[in-house]
Amino acid sequence: MTSVTAPTVLQTNTFAKESLREVIGVALIAGLTMIYVSAIGMVVVFDKRLIIEPILTMGYLVLFSIPVFAGHRFTRQEALEGLEVTPLSEGDIAKAAVAGALAGLFLAAFALIVDTFPQLRGTFPNLSPKMVELITLGYGTSAALVVLPVVSALLAAVGASVAWLPRKLYKALLVGISTVLITSVFDAVIDDFFDWLPAIPDFLYAPVSGLTVVSTIVVFSLSATLSFVLSGRDTSLRERLATSASVPGKRNQMILIGLIGIAIVVFPQFLGGILNELFTNVGFFLIMGLGLNVVVGYAGLLDLGYVAFFAVGAYTMAILTSPLSPFFTPELSWWLAFPFVLIVATIAGLLVGTPVLRMRGDYLAIVTLGFGEIVRITLLSDWLEPLFGGAQGIRQIPGIQVAGTEVSAITPELMVYAMMAFVFVAAYISWRIEHSRVGRAWAAMREDEDVAEAVGVDTVKAKLMAFITGAIIASFAGALFAAKVGSVFASSFQIVTSIIILVIVIVGGMGNIAGVAVGALILVGILGGPNQPGLLQEFGQFKLLLYGALLVYMMLKRPEGILPSKQRQQELHQEEVLQDAWLDKVDTAAEQENAN
Amino acid sequence: MALLETRGLEKAFGGVRAIQDVDFAIDEGEIVSIIGPNGAGKTSFFNLVSGMFEPDGGQILFNGIDIGGHTPSGITKAGIARTFQNVRLFANMTVLENVMVGQHCRTQRGIFSAIFQTPAFKREEKEIEEKAKDVLSFFGSRLVGYRFDEPAFTLSYANRRRLEIARAMATEPRVLLLDEPTAGMNPRETIELTDLIGRLRDEKGFTIVVIEHDMKVVQGVSDRVIVLDHGVKIAEGTYEDVSGNEDVIEAYLGRPADLKGTT
Repeated sequence: MTSVTAPTVLQTNTFAKESLREVIGVALIAGLTMIYVSAIGMVVVFDKRLIIEPILTMGYLVLFSIPVFAGHRFTRQEALEGLEVTPLSEGDIAKAAVAGALAGLFLAAFALIVDTFPQLRGTFPNLSPKMVELITLGYGTSAALVVLPVVSALLAAVGASVAWLPRKLYKALLVGISTVLITSVFDAVIDDFFDWLPAIPDFLYAPVSGLTVVSTIVVFSLSATLSFVLSGRDTSLRERLATSASVPGKRNQMILIGLIGIAIVVFPQFLGGILNELFTNVGFFLIMGLGLNVVVGYAGLLDLGYVAFFAVGAYTMAILTSPLSPFFTPELSWWLAFPFVLIVATIAGLLVGTPVLRMRGDYLAIVTLGFGEIVRITLLSDWLEPLFGGAQGIRQIPGIQVAGTEVSAITPELMVYAMMAFVFVAAYISWRIEHSRVGRAWAAMREDEDVAEAVGVDTVKAKLMAFITGAIIASFAGALFAAKVGSVFASSFQIVTSIIILVIVIVGGMGNIAGVAVGALILVGILGGPNQPGLLQEFGQFKLLLYGALLVYMMLKRPEGILPSKQRQQELHQEEVLQDAWLDKVDTAAEQENAN
Repeated sequence: MALLETRGLEKAFGGVRAIQDVDFAIDEGEIVSIIGPNGAGKTSFFNLVSGMFEPDGGQILFNGIDIGGHTPSGITKAGIARTFQNVRLFANMTVLENVMVGQHCRTQRGIFSAIFQTPAFKREEKEIEEKAKDVLSFFGSRLVGYRFDEPAFTLSYANRRRLEIARAMATEPRVLLLDEPTAGMNPRETIELTDLIGRLRDEKGFTIVVIEHDMKVVQGVSDRVIVLDHGVKIAEGTYEDVSGNEDVIEAYLGRPADLKGTT
């Protein structure tokens, strides 16, 4: 009898130890994340923003979604091919609750510490009494030691128990919650969009901000029901989409292009000022992303000073067209100056490209980083003030003259069209070059520079071509920027812009035009550019933090980007491709055997 | 006059003289093997001829012109193509694209004709594709059909070697440098490749220099054999001449031990 039970006890012991470690680990991560989010001031800043009036603020949403996710982690089921799914067990909810309680305790302890040592505020300005009041839910620090663990244990348990919902219901719930969040967070856009039908935003939103309780229920139940009803058909639709995407019929493609074209022409008419501005900003970064994609994605040359070419385009346009630039007196119109901008960009591309021809990888990256700074500092210098205007920059740049009207800062609705035209041109250029002799040479060079050279690709010429093409595309953005803003300052061309363009390309999907577009929309459109607000204006001061977090997440989970090029995806998943091919082979062999 | 010739070729890496005073010549339509123990300088010799290394001294004459110190792409354009010992394909490009890159130095349409899709550009693209398919068909059914669009890394080892030869062929060379084409192949594939090297000369008219370790292959294909050891050419002649040469045997097997001194 004893000989039978002894090993069982041993097993449960190790099992208990393991789950204890898991619980503590999750609790630590969740607790620290909650403390971090509070300590950087996110909770306080986001408190002003209501998601659902008057129940939920964005601050609490960010803070208390953490225990929910942490709890969900215990019951999340990853379906790995060939591996059995671990069955759900009720013990997991208990584990989640314990982890949640611990995390809540950490947060409460943090509040207590901040409250007892007010001098901490000298070093960490965000540790304000207001923050303490918010994270203790107004109960005071001692009561919070009980309240917070209970609340986060409950939230974690809820997060864990969602896994018991049937698949369809689970999906409906997710869709419902996301729709509510999106509708609430993007209120400015929806408000802007329904200019012509104010009844909709009036119904949806509370006077201050956020959805009302009623509209939340309506939005949630509508979207969840819709998802529930449609989820059966959803898969078939997705399959159809997948097959049609993998075999892009020429006619389908034409129809798609036509539809997109119509949407592009009609869409800006519905947009208000905020969205027009936003799309124009996205456009700048999209054009530059496309240009950098040529240099980094196609040719594999890591350029960290890409903003320099943007500056060259903008300044050339400014000098040639502005009456305030003393250096060049006969003022040209935008269109007359444009060819000169392209010529100067070509020269700039050559100037940067030639000295770095022999450099590779990290060395190239560092040198281009230096070039970017050199250009900015030169533009800013007192020595060249007569030419570039120093810190004052160059102002009074005229807009683009089109058919008697001027497209400039005061006509944002026309600017969007100009932007779209140039985005289209940049995308067309990179698409055509990618599928040409030069594009193949770039791809070969990216794969293996020595071999490309040995197979007859003149890599010197190919590299220069890549730099020049990139410079020209960036100068499009520069020339438009000058006309749109009406002035250029060296401070608009900071190094962070180069980095953000690179992040757009990496997160969006290197080597793929659609990927870059997605990257620009998500990063600049939603989070905002370095100096430009995005849709989530509240995130303004945490923008770079979110960029970094997004980049780290992408590198861990999907290093090829959101919409990668096929080549890039293969490169990072060669083993999986080979495994799939092998499995296919095994399957077909087995089928043949069965047939025999 | 020899098609490809080196005179007193020299190359040193620090203190190591990888290639010492090597004279070499090959006539149009010949197949010459270079053999020698590991580290003898065979691949260094290829790297010098294909322009990947710059020679320290001596001349490399192709068709009577000194090509020493030219870029690899310039030399490829002049008509010398090579393969690599450790197959170096563009792994993530398709089979067809790999070969199409080989056509790069024989074609010229640039960025502008690509953007404006000029008729000349379209014609050239079509020609490149047809030429690439034609080259791949030289290897029978192995690299054609659905394989055209498979990424190169999914190919079997032998097929990768074949594809590398195809890529070199697409540069339309006069001299083909094959660096251990049968390394890692099974006996059947080796026999097939021996046959293929002969066909490359007979049907396509290439002049071929081949580095090889498999003596059956060397015997099967070579008109002449050159033996390198420690960067020095120690023997040259037909396979029969070379295989009986004492220096060669010594280079491969070592000197018989001098037993008197040790006891």
